[in-house]
Amino acid sequence: MDSSFSSPRNDSFPAGLRVLVVDDDPTWLKILEKMLKKCSYEVTTCGLARDALNLLREKKDGYDIVVSDVNMPDMDGFKLLEHVGLEMDLPVIMMSVDGETSRVMKGVQHGACDYLLKPIRMKELRNIWQHVFRKKIHEIRDIESHESIEGIQLIRNGSDQYDEGYFFSAEDLASSRKRKDVDSKYDDKDFSDCSSTKKARVVWSVDLHQKFVKAVHQIGFDKVGPKKILDLMNVPWLTRENVASHLQKYRLYLSRLQKENDIKSSFGGTKHSDYSSKDLQGILSVQNSINIQQNDVAHGSYRFSGNNLVAQNADPKSNEGDIKGIVSEPVAEPKKGTTGNIPDSQKTRSSQMDFNSSYAETKKGLVGNVPDSQKIRSSQMRVNHSFASVESEVNLTAFDSTIPATYSWNQIQLEKEHKPLIQLNNGFSKPLLPGPQHHFQADQLQSIPSISSRPSIPGGDVTGSSKSKPSYSEYTNHHGSRVSPTISPTISATDSFPGQTKSCVVDHQVSETISTSTSNMKNQGINLSTDLESAHRNLILGSTSPFASLDDEFQICWYQGDCYGMNLELQNVEFSEYTDPTHVTEVPAHLYDALRFEYPCDPSEYSVLDQGLFIA
Amino acid sequence: MDRNQLQRQVALKRSSLFEQQFLDSQQFVQLEDLEDDANPNFVEEIVTLFYKDSARLFQKIEQTMQSRSIDFGKLDDYMHQFKGSSSSIGAIKVKNECSQFKEFCSAGNAEGCFWAFQRVKQEHHTLRIQLESYFQLRKQAGLVRRV
Repeated sequence: MDSSFSSPRNDSFPAGLRVLVVDDDPTWLKILEKMLKKCSYEVTTCGLARDALNLLREKKDGYDIVVSDVNMPDMDGFKLLEHVGLEMDLPVIMMSVDGETSRVMKGVQHGACDYLLKPIRMKELRNIWQHVFRKKIHEIRDIESHESIEGIQLIRNGSDQYDEGYFFSAEDLASSRKRKDVDSKYDDKDFSDCSSTKKARVVWSVDLHQKFVKAVHQIGFDKVGPKKILDLMNVPWLTRENVASHLQKYRLYLSRLQKENDIKSSFGGTKHSDYSSKDLQGILSVQNSINIQQNDVAHGSYRFSGNNLVAQNADPKSNEGDIKGIVSEPVAEPKKGTTGNIPDSQKTRSSQMDFNSSYAETKKGLVGNVPDSQKIRSSQMRVNHSFASVESEVNLTAFDSTIPATYSWNQIQLEKEHKPLIQLNNGFSKPLLPGPQHHFQADQLQSIPSISSRPSIPGGDVTGSSKSKPSYSEYTNHHGSRVSPTISPTISATDSFPGQTKSCVVDHQVSETISTSTSNMKNQGINLSTDLESAHRNLILGSTSPFASLDDEFQICWYQGDCYGMNLELQNVEFSEYTDPTHVTEVPAHLYDALRFEYPCDPSEYSVLDQGLFIA
Repeated sequence: MDRNQLQRQVALKRSSLFEQQFLDSQQFVQLEDLEDDANPNFVEEIVTLFYKDSARLFQKIEQTMQSRSIDFGKLDDYMHQFKGSSSSIGAIKVKNECSQFKEFCSAGNAEGCFWAFQRVKQEHHTLRIQLESYFQLRKQAGLVRRV
């Protein structure tokens, strides 16, 4: 394998596509390697899922796509799928000799781009590049939709960019970390020429997101605006458009959390747990909402895969736990688990998780939100079904706060379509974002039957929080009820998640995410507490405690980004206490269906949402 | 026997493997297509690898079946793995026996499993003999490229 970040396929895409094949069967591994080489792809093989994850983590941009078998001894293929989606946001293709519908569905729900049956044919492998391409296109579109006019140019130039390997390097442009040598030429273009057709895609790293959240808190949720945030963040290469787009995502995320909370509360069924976990994942997937769209509902739910998660929300206590977790996380990881929302106990959690997870996923290892994610997941599941792209792990749960973007998009969608379904409940805590609407997200978890109700939330929730700062709080509040709406930082969400997370994590190997989320949560909790009002503080504190143990572990892991697989399992257990399974409630059928719809990334929809969510 | 005759024999042998459902022609042909200068004996390498790996799986299956209380879930897992592996070379008969075995597994029928496993091993062995003779013929006919 050559250097990770160069874009090997510059001119002859898809030739040179960097594929990572994971299969415990040595015979198949060899055959696939040969077949992929014949397609002119660059192949790396792995016999173990753990090894694959390590490889992926070591070289964050070293691969374009992952092809993995479903049945592996050390780790369930679906878990790997989740991890990859959450942490690396890469397209993953599943393979199996078993073509049973339920299995295939599970794969799709977990975020798989495709599911191939063994024996695999050459032509099937030849076409895998389309998944990579599609993702890039969506990312571009997502950026564009966030950034109005300039975005359009991107799309037009999308193909050009792509040919030039732009896509592949785009993500790093903003962070300008890895591709300096190879893509420096692109960098120049992107940074200096904002209105040019090629727009660099800003990678919202944890640090960056943290700065963002901090700025938002400082300004005050109600008054926040891209320009103000940009000034406060003091990041030279960041543009107002980047911030605006991120802000939008954040808001969406928060509202999604709220929705989840709503859904959760309304459903309170265990059935949904299955869904929820998946949803959460999807929701959390930070990847842009577009991704979500693309992935479909199925994908979305994939993330959490922890059935338990969903169920957990039912427990208000757990919410607290979640919230705490969430709170800490969001702070810590902007990207990852922006869980910031602290939905009402359960709801928030789930939404948070979703947010975080989705966020994290997109951004790489969201992890943070583990606890919330569980909840979120469940609610998300429903909500997110359509959003999917959950792919990654749990990350979401922990962080919630930062993932607004992806989530919100989904929410919007849902709302539009299914208004009556989810009641976003009034509890929506407004996300930290300035507009009142933002709060939705946190509470999504709550009873969400009416997803569409989102908009209704904002009005109500914002109230609680006098502090607009902690984004987390907003999220957590929503949770169904009652938690002081705006203020409850995501922490509450985390509460609910912990329990969930655990299941999620455990099931999905999200250990990493969880660890991160935990750490994040912790951090976040700490940060938030300072900002939050005492009410929230309590929540945070409350929730943090159970997580404390987790946090420590996670923190270590998470920040380093290498903490994988920590004892999340253990921690998850703790979480489970908190999670409120009931919240996870089953998503009503119709809701679910709604969720499954894939929402096209349509700017108009955004605007609708925008109006709903963003006051400004 | 001259070269042409040998080559004809190889072709016949190959066809019969397909006709008798030992091997799935589609998969096998695909493997053959992967042979090139870098891997002139790719198919044989794959088959060798398959047999080596299946020995390992068989051992696991046998161990599991010998325990006092059989863990059917595990058995099913191992057989699933083996099934996937055998699909790599397109072993049809073997795969069918695997499915049979899995059915007994889900039913928790230990005796059925034992019986089905014997059949799996039998087909597995028969195929091996067939393939070995096929590869031997190929070498003789000079169809195997030497690097």
